[in-house]
Amino acid sequence: MSANVNTALPLEYQTEQNRLNILGFWVFLGAEIILFGTLFAVYSVLNARFAGGPTPKDLFEIKDVMIETILLLTSSFTCGLAIYEMRRNNKNGLLLWLIITLLLGAGFVFMEVNEFIHYVHEGATMQTSAWLSSFFTLLGTHGLHVSMGIGWATMVIIQIFQRGLTPVTARKTFIIGLYWHFLDVVWIFIFTFVYLQGMVR
Amino acid sequence: MDINWHDLFIVGNPLILGSQIAILLSVIGIVALLTYLKRWKWLWREWLTTVDHKKIGIMYILAGVLMFFRGGVDGLMMKAQTSRPEMNFLDAQHYNEVFTTHGVIMILFAAMPLLIGIMNYVIPLQIGARDVAFPQLNALSFWLFFSGAMLFNISFVIGGSPDAGWAAYFPLAGKEFTPGIGNNYYAVAIQIAGIGTLISGINFIVTILKMRAKGMTLMKMPMFTWTSFIASVIIVSAFPIFTVALALMTLDRIFGTHFFTLSGGGMDMMWVNLFWLWGHPEVYIVVLPAFGMFSEVIATFSRKMLFGYKSMVFSVVGIALLSMLVWVHHFFTMGAGPAVNSVFSITTMMIAIPTGVKMFNWLFTMRKGRIEFSTAMLWALAFIPCFLIGGITGVMLAMSAADYQYHNTLFLVAHFHYTLIPGVVFAVFAGLYYWWPKMFGHMLNEKLGKIHFWLFTIGFNVTFMPMFFLGLDGAVRRSYTYSAESGFAPLFLVSAIGAVILALGFATFCYNIYWSARYADRNISNDPWNARTLEWATASPAPFYNFAKVPEVKTLDAFWYMKKHNEGLTLSDDEIKEIHMPSNSGLPFYMGIIFGITGFLLVFEWKLAALVAAVGIIIGLIIRSFDYNDGFHVTVDEIKETEKSWRSSDGKGVKNHVG
Amino acid sequence: MLLSGCDGKLVVFDPKGPAARDILDLINWSLVFMVVIFVFVIGLFVFVIWKYRARPDNDGYEPPEEHGSTKLEMIWTALPIVIVIALTIPTVKTVYGLEKPPAEYADKEPIVINVTSADWKWIFSYPEQGIETVNYVNIPAGTPVQFKLTSAGTMQSFWVPALGGQKYTMNKMETEMYLTADQPGEFLGRNTNFNGRGYADMEFTVEAKKPEDFEKWVKEVKDTAPKLTEKKYLSLLKPTHLGRETYVGTHLQWVDHGKMNSGTYTNPELYEVHGVKGKIFKDEESKDKSTNMDGMNMDENSDGGEQSGH
Repeated sequence: MSANVNTALPLEYQTEQNRLNILGFWVFLGAEIILFGTLFAVYSVLNARFAGGPTPKDLFEIKDVMIETILLLTSSFTCGLAIYEMRRNNKNGLLLWLIITLLLGAGFVFMEVNEFIHYVHEGATMQTSAWLSSFFTLLGTHGLHVSMGIGWATMVIIQIFQRGLTPVTARKTFIIGLYWHFLDVVWIFIFTFVYLQGMVR
Repeated sequence: MDINWHDLFIVGNPLILGSQIAILLSVIGIVALLTYLKRWKWLWREWLTTVDHKKIGIMYILAGVLMFFRGGVDGLMMKAQTSRPEMNFLDAQHYNEVFTTHGVIMILFAAMPLLIGIMNYVIPLQIGARDVAFPQLNALSFWLFFSGAMLFNISFVIGGSPDAGWAAYFPLAGKEFTPGIGNNYYAVAIQIAGIGTLISGINFIVTILKMRAKGMTLMKMPMFTWTSFIASVIIVSAFPIFTVALALMTLDRIFGTHFFTLSGGGMDMMWVNLFWLWGHPEVYIVVLPAFGMFSEVIATFSRKMLFGYKSMVFSVVGIALLSMLVWVHHFFTMGAGPAVNSVFSITTMMIAIPTGVKMFNWLFTMRKGRIEFSTAMLWALAFIPCFLIGGITGVMLAMSAADYQYHNTLFLVAHFHYTLIPGVVFAVFAGLYYWWPKMFGHMLNEKLGKIHFWLFTIGFNVTFMPMFFLGLDGAVRRSYTYSAESGFAPLFLVSAIGAVILALGFATFCYNIYWSARYADRNISNDPWNARTLEWATASPAPFYNFAKVPEVKTLDAFWYMKKHNEGLTLSDDEIKEIHMPSNSGLPFYMGIIFGITGFLLVFEWKLAALVAAVGIIIGLIIRSFDYNDGFHVTVDEIKETEKSWRSSDGKGVKNHVG
Repeated sequence: MLLSGCDGKLVVFDPKGPAARDILDLINWSLVFMVVIFVFVIGLFVFVIWKYRARPDNDGYEPPEEHGSTKLEMIWTALPIVIVIALTIPTVKTVYGLEKPPAEYADKEPIVINVTSADWKWIFSYPEQGIETVNYVNIPAGTPVQFKLTSAGTMQSFWVPALGGQKYTMNKMETEMYLTADQPGEFLGRNTNFNGRGYADMEFTVEAKKPEDFEKWVKEVKDTAPKLTEKKYLSLLKPTHLGRETYVGTHLQWVDHGKMNSGTYTNPELYEVHGVKGKIFKDEESKDKSTNMDGMNMDENSDGGEQSGH
C-alpha cells in the first residue's frame, strides 16, 4: 500500500504496489498458459476430425502465414527495444518503438482476419467440422488477445504522452511488454503445431 | 433466434409461480425498506463501492448463505419427490432442473463464496496486511461472482433452468438433446462467476506471497493461510481449463461449432475430461481452506499449537499435486482400459495418505490439550468421524473394479455428501462461529449454536447414511422416481425425514444470526476465544485499516507468543503513523452489472445485442486504465481515536473465554 | 459390519454371476480394511476427546506445546501406504480380470450380443442368431456373453448389478463387457447415466434361460416375430418409451453406431424444452453423415407424445 519509493531499482519496480502488480501479472500469465494449453490440447484431439470437410492441406497458404509470423516476431523484438529505451529513461525512444510494435501487431491482425475471410470463402467455417471449430477457436483466441493488447497498449501510450515516464506508466508499459512477448511465444506454438504440423501430415 | 418473447417467463407451474411472486415481493420489499430508511446512499457508499476486504468478505458470506438456502430448497424438493415411490410432486423435467441447479449452486455459488468470503475477511488480518494486494480487483471478483450467481438464479423463472446435471455431460448438454435456454445459463453464468474466482485466486497468491507481516516466513504462516494459498494456486491452475470448456460449450450451443457434438466430428468424451480436469481440483479448492479452518479451531480450543505443522503443510501441497492427477476416477466406467483405470485408482487412493496424516495430526493436537466444547469446536469435532466415513467410502470408490458397481448410484451421492458437507459446510459453520466476533463485534449465541449443531449433524447423517445402502441395492442418482416393487421406499423416506431435520438446523442458524445481531452482548474483548493468530490482535470488529501498527512476528501462532511474552500488545501514541488506504470505486459494481447484461443477452442468443453490451465492458476497462486515484491517508488523530475506543476498555467488564 | 449384515438383501452383495462375484470379493476385502480403520480412528477420537476434555478440576492446566513427533508422523504416513498397496493389488487384478471371459466358464464359447442404447430404450442385437429385442435380453445361463456396447445418441451406462459392473455406451464408440449368469433367472438392468427426461424409466430385464430353452426361444422368435425394417428401426431411435419388442434380423446390416464413421442418427426436432426445439447446426455444403436422417423425418411424425410435456 505504502508509496515508499526505492530508486535503486528500475523504474517499474520502484514502488511496492508496482512490485505487487508485476508479480500478479506473472501469475495471470500462468493462468493464460493453462488456458492456451487447454486450447492446444483440444486442438490436438480434434485435428484429424474433418467430417468430410477441407483439410489443412486444402486450406493453408504458407506464404501468408510466414508473413504473419515475421510481423509478430519482429513486433516482439521492437517491443523489447521499447522496454530497453524505457530503462534508459528515453521517453521518445520508448514511444517510437512501442508505436512500431503496435503497427506490426495491427498488420498481423489484419493478415489474420484476411486469412480467416479467405477460409470462409472457401467454405471452411467454424461450423464445418470439429477440426475447423478448434482451429478457429485457438487462433481466434490468440488473435483476440493481440487485438486486446493493441487497444490496451494504445491507452498506455496516451498515458505516457499525458504523464511522461513515471513509476506507474513504466509499470504499465513493462506489463504490456510481458503480455506481448507471451503472445509471441503462443504464436510460435501455433505456427509449429497448427500450420507446420498441418502441412506435414 | 429460436427464442420467443412469450416463452421468456416460465408459466404453468404453481411452484415456480409462487417463487416468481416471492421474488417480486421481496424485491419490492427491499427497495421500499431502503427508501423508507433512507439507506440508498449508505448502501452505495459503504457496500456497493467498497474495496475493503472485510466488507467484501461479509458480502461474499451473505451471498453464500443466501445461495445455500436456495440450493437447500432444491435439495428439499428432491427429497420430497423421492420420499415415496411414484410421487407426483415434481415431473421429470422439473426434477432434472432442480438437481442440476442444486449441484451447481451448492458447489459454485454457496461453497465457493462462503470460503472465499471467510478467506477475504481473515487472511489479510492473519498475515498482518492492510488489505489484499489488489483491493479493487477484489471488489471486481465479488461483483463478477455475484453477477454470475444472479444470472444463474433467475434461470428458473426466466427461460428455464439448466437440466443436464451439474456436470452437464455432452452430448446430452448440447443443442441436439437439450434445446432450451437452460444450458446457455449454465455456460454463461458460471463463466462470469469463474472469471471472478480466477481473479480472486491471483489476488490471494500475491497477497500471501508479498504482504505478510515482518518476520512471518512461509513456515510461520497460520495453517488457514497456508491452505488458502494452496487453494488459490489450484484455482489459478484449474479454472482456466473450465473457462475454456465453458467457452467451447457456449460456442457449441450458440454458434454451432462441433467440439462436443455427435455430428461434425465432435467428441463428447472430451467435455467429460475437461470438466473433471477442473472438477476434481475444484473439490480441493473448497476442501483445503476448510481443513485450514479446522486446524485453527482445533488448535485454539485445545489450547495447543497444531501438531505436526510441517507435515500438515507437506500434506496440503501433496493433496494439491495429486488433485490434478485423479480426474479419470470420475469415469472409470468409460472403458478407457484396465491400465488407465489401474493408474488412476492408485493416484486416487494415494490422496488418502496425506489426508490420513492430517487426521492424525488433528487428533494429536487435541491429545494432552484441554478441549473446550464451544460450538465452533463441536463442528470441528463432528467433522472427524463424518469425514472419515466420506474418506473410507472414497477409497472404496477409488478401487476402479469396485467402482463399476458403485458408479452413478446413490452410494456415490452419499459418499460425496459425506465429504463435502463435513469437509466444507461444517467448516464454514465452525469458521463463522469462530470468527463472527471478529467480523461483527458480537458472538453468535452459543445455546442456539448447539441446537443448530445437533439438528444439523443428526439430520445430515439421517439423510445421507441410508443412501449408501440404497446405492448398494441398485438405486441410481438423478432418477426422479422409483417403483414400489424396488423396495427402496423405507430408506428413501428416512432420508427425506433427515433432510427436514437438516433444514431445521439451518433455520436455527439463520435465527441465531438474527437473534445475535439484535440481542448479543457487544461488550466483548478483541480476543474472546483466547486464540493464537494475528487477527485476534486487533479490535473486534477490525478497524478498516486492520492494524494501527503491524506486529512483528517471531514464531508460529504469533499472537499466542505475544500474549505469553507480553510483547507488542500495547500501542504508544508515537508508534502511530499515517496509513495509506485505497479509495472506494463504483467501477467493479458497474462491471458486474454490465457483465450480467451481456451474459443475459448471450444466454438468449441475441448475439448482436450482446456484442453491443460487451462494448460496455471495454469502456469499463478503459476507464480503469485512466484511473489514477491513488487512495488516501488516514490521519494519526483518527487512528488514535479508533484505537483508544477499544484499547481503553480492556479488562473492564469485557467477556473473555466464552467457550 | 453394518454393510455385511445386509448381505442377503442388497443386490451388490448378492451376485448371480462370476463378474459380480469377483467385484464383491474385492468390495469385501476393502470393507475389512475400512472397518478396521474406522474402528481404530473412532476409538482414538473418543478416547482423546473424553480424556482431555475441559473439566472444572483441570481449569489451571496449561497444555504443553508440542511441535510434532517425527516418529509418529512417519508411522501414520507409512501405514496408509501399506493399506493402499494392499488394496491396489487385488484392484488391478480384478480390473484386468473383468476384461476377459470368466475363467470358470473358459470351456464355453462366449456368445456376442450388441447393445445399442437410444433415448430411452435398450436395443439388443444377436448377430449370430439374427434377432433383435427391445428392453429385454434373453441369454443362455452358464454361457459367457460378450456385450458390445454403443449408443445411438446420448451417453448412457449399461448396468446389471446382479451380474456385474457397469460400462458407458457412447455413440461412435464401442465398449465391451463380459457378463455370465450362473443359473437361470431374471435380473434387472438399467441405465445409470442421466440422459434426459426419460432416464428414470430406462430399465430392461435380463432373462437367463437354460441353454435348451434359449435355443427354443430363438427358434420361436424366428418363426413368429416381425421382420425388422430400416424404417421401423429409425422409428425405434426416436425419443420414446417402449415396451418389450422382438424382431427378426438386426439393425447391424444398416448401421453399427459403434463405428467411428457411422452416421449421426439423432432427432433434435423431437426434443422440446420450455417451448424451444432442439437442432443441429448443419452446413449446407457439409458432407456430414447426418444427412442420413433427412429421409426419416418425413415418415410417421407420431410418437411425439412423450416429448411435448411441460
